[in-house]
Amino acid sequence: MKYLGIKPKRPKIAVFDFTGCEGCELQLVNKEETVIDFLGSVDVINFREISSTISNDFEVAFIEGAITRDDEINRLNEIREQAKVLIALGSCACFGGVNRLKNAYDFKKANQEVYGKQHKETLPARAVKEIIAVDLQIPGCPVDKPEVERIVQHLVWDVPYQFPAYPVCFECKQQYTTCVFELGQLCLGPVTQGGCRAPCPVGGSGCWGCRGPAADPHLKEFLQIADEREFSRKEINERLSFYSGFEGML
Amino acid sequence: MLFKTLSKPEFRNLVDLLLGSTEVIAPKQIGVNNDGKPLHHYLPVQEFEEIDLEYEITEYSAKSYFLPFRENLSSCRFEDDDWTQEIHYRLQPRVLMGLHSCDINALLKLDKVLAGDRFPSPYFISRRRNTFIIGIDHYPCEGGFCQSVGADVVTHGFDLYLTDLGDRYFVAINSDHGYNVLMQVDAKDTTGQDNKDYLEARQRIASKFEPLNMHNLPNLMDIEFESEVWKRWGKKCLSCGSCTMVCPTCYCYGVDERVSMDGREGAKVKQLYSCNLLDFAAVAGGHNFRADRETRLKYRYYHQHRGFMETYEEPLCVGCNRCGRVCLAGINPPEIIRDLQTEDQV
Repeated sequence: MKYLGIKPKRPKIAVFDFTGCEGCELQLVNKEETVIDFLGSVDVINFREISSTISNDFEVAFIEGAITRDDEINRLNEIREQAKVLIALGSCACFGGVNRLKNAYDFKKANQEVYGKQHKETLPARAVKEIIAVDLQIPGCPVDKPEVERIVQHLVWDVPYQFPAYPVCFECKQQYTTCVFELGQLCLGPVTQGGCRAPCPVGGSGCWGCRGPAADPHLKEFLQIADEREFSRKEINERLSFYSGFEGML
Repeated sequence: MLFKTLSKPEFRNLVDLLLGSTEVIAPKQIGVNNDGKPLHHYLPVQEFEEIDLEYEITEYSAKSYFLPFRENLSSCRFEDDDWTQEIHYRLQPRVLMGLHSCDINALLKLDKVLAGDRFPSPYFISRRRNTFIIGIDHYPCEGGFCQSVGADVVTHGFDLYLTDLGDRYFVAINSDHGYNVLMQVDAKDTTGQDNKDYLEARQRIASKFEPLNMHNLPNLMDIEFESEVWKRWGKKCLSCGSCTMVCPTCYCYGVDERVSMDGREGAKVKQLYSCNLLDFAAVAGGHNFRADRETRLKYRYYHQHRGFMETYEEPLCVGCNRCGRVCLAGINPPEIIRDLQTEDQV
């Protein structure tokens, strides 16, 4: 099958999970109406959620999860050496995600709280890009399957793809939503990367910023807006650091 | 213009008749905001009771029933070495009722650009021609300045237009379709008393407006092009595009090409866009003519109050102030225009 005379590339892909919930990987096999074509457009070399085949002969690597242990760093380096294109998949891989919340705590206490006497080795949670070079980031908790499809189309057919330059508000408005600020809730929509079609605010609960900052986010004005509406700085900062996408910007 | 009156029970009969025969979109209360203020949207309704004609303003304009936020312009399907194309214009008749004068004036302005100009849009025209419009008079809404931009009265662009006279509506008829529909219920010829009551009602409405000084605005804007006013307001802009989404007249858009996952289908998808978004004036080579917020905000106002004026001798803005209401940063036309009028002249 050629597309506009272009022979598809059918890249060999592999999906690897690190510290995360595997929810983004599950998204890759979600959306039943196109999943057969989606998986058929690529050559799946290594993806434990759909196949027991294990091989290292891949070109495109999807990395899910944050990096929180020494052995993960070694594994990640090996994947980077093999991969022509390395994609951070989901908020944990892109920013550290919710895992990064632990960085603000005493690790001994955190270990005790979670594992009791079965202490686990742990490092501060980091994003993939803090360890190795990343070619492409697909943020989201979980990632948005239609967006992943378009990115894969880009890899297979060179169909151009650009992340939208607008924040979440734009697509929220396109669905006749009453602004959740108007209903007295906090929402990170004005400063968060759009493209997800705003499922959270459309569903009536404010945006938590899982896709990280929008292009040129106006945090200063956003903080003033939130202050004026009498949200506490504690609440605002907790919201902004929840997925750690705004790390270093606050 | 032809006028009739319609008793309230007969009006209900008229609406029931329409509800029984076609899709009806009308203002409907969808809840209250945090301050207990009712929120209204133009939505499809099935029952007369769902309609709230006493509404002050809808959050969104009626624009999206003519210019949907997203619209498939053309689809194609590849089969062997050939391909077929499909283009769909929305032709199903629809009734849009309860529009205030600002929203009808907005449609008239869109007509000039999308139906009468050199590049008419069949997508827009098919929706416009197949929509039956019933307007209604109302007292000025909070923050609105429609009178100052001449959008508080409307003489065409609708089928029927109602003015509430207490026990009855005074009905202006502006199309043969409107006349034929009205004749299906017991509409009465107007009497001298009806005319008197109608004119008084109009005067009562007109007296409630607080005028905004729009005098000489296009020239003033040219002179104030480098004004601090733009910096002051522009630095607040979140560049989220909410203002243009709720605006009844903003019509800018982008077109995106989509391919189905099996590679056999493609589509051109139009999305209404906003001149306040970061990449609105981005071009090849990574250049952006309007890279900063204040420039983008300024050009939105220039298009509304100066550029459109040059081409069509009227502003594009209809003074509904929906953009001002929706803006989290509080950017609103009345205050910006007031600031421009009072700023020290250069």
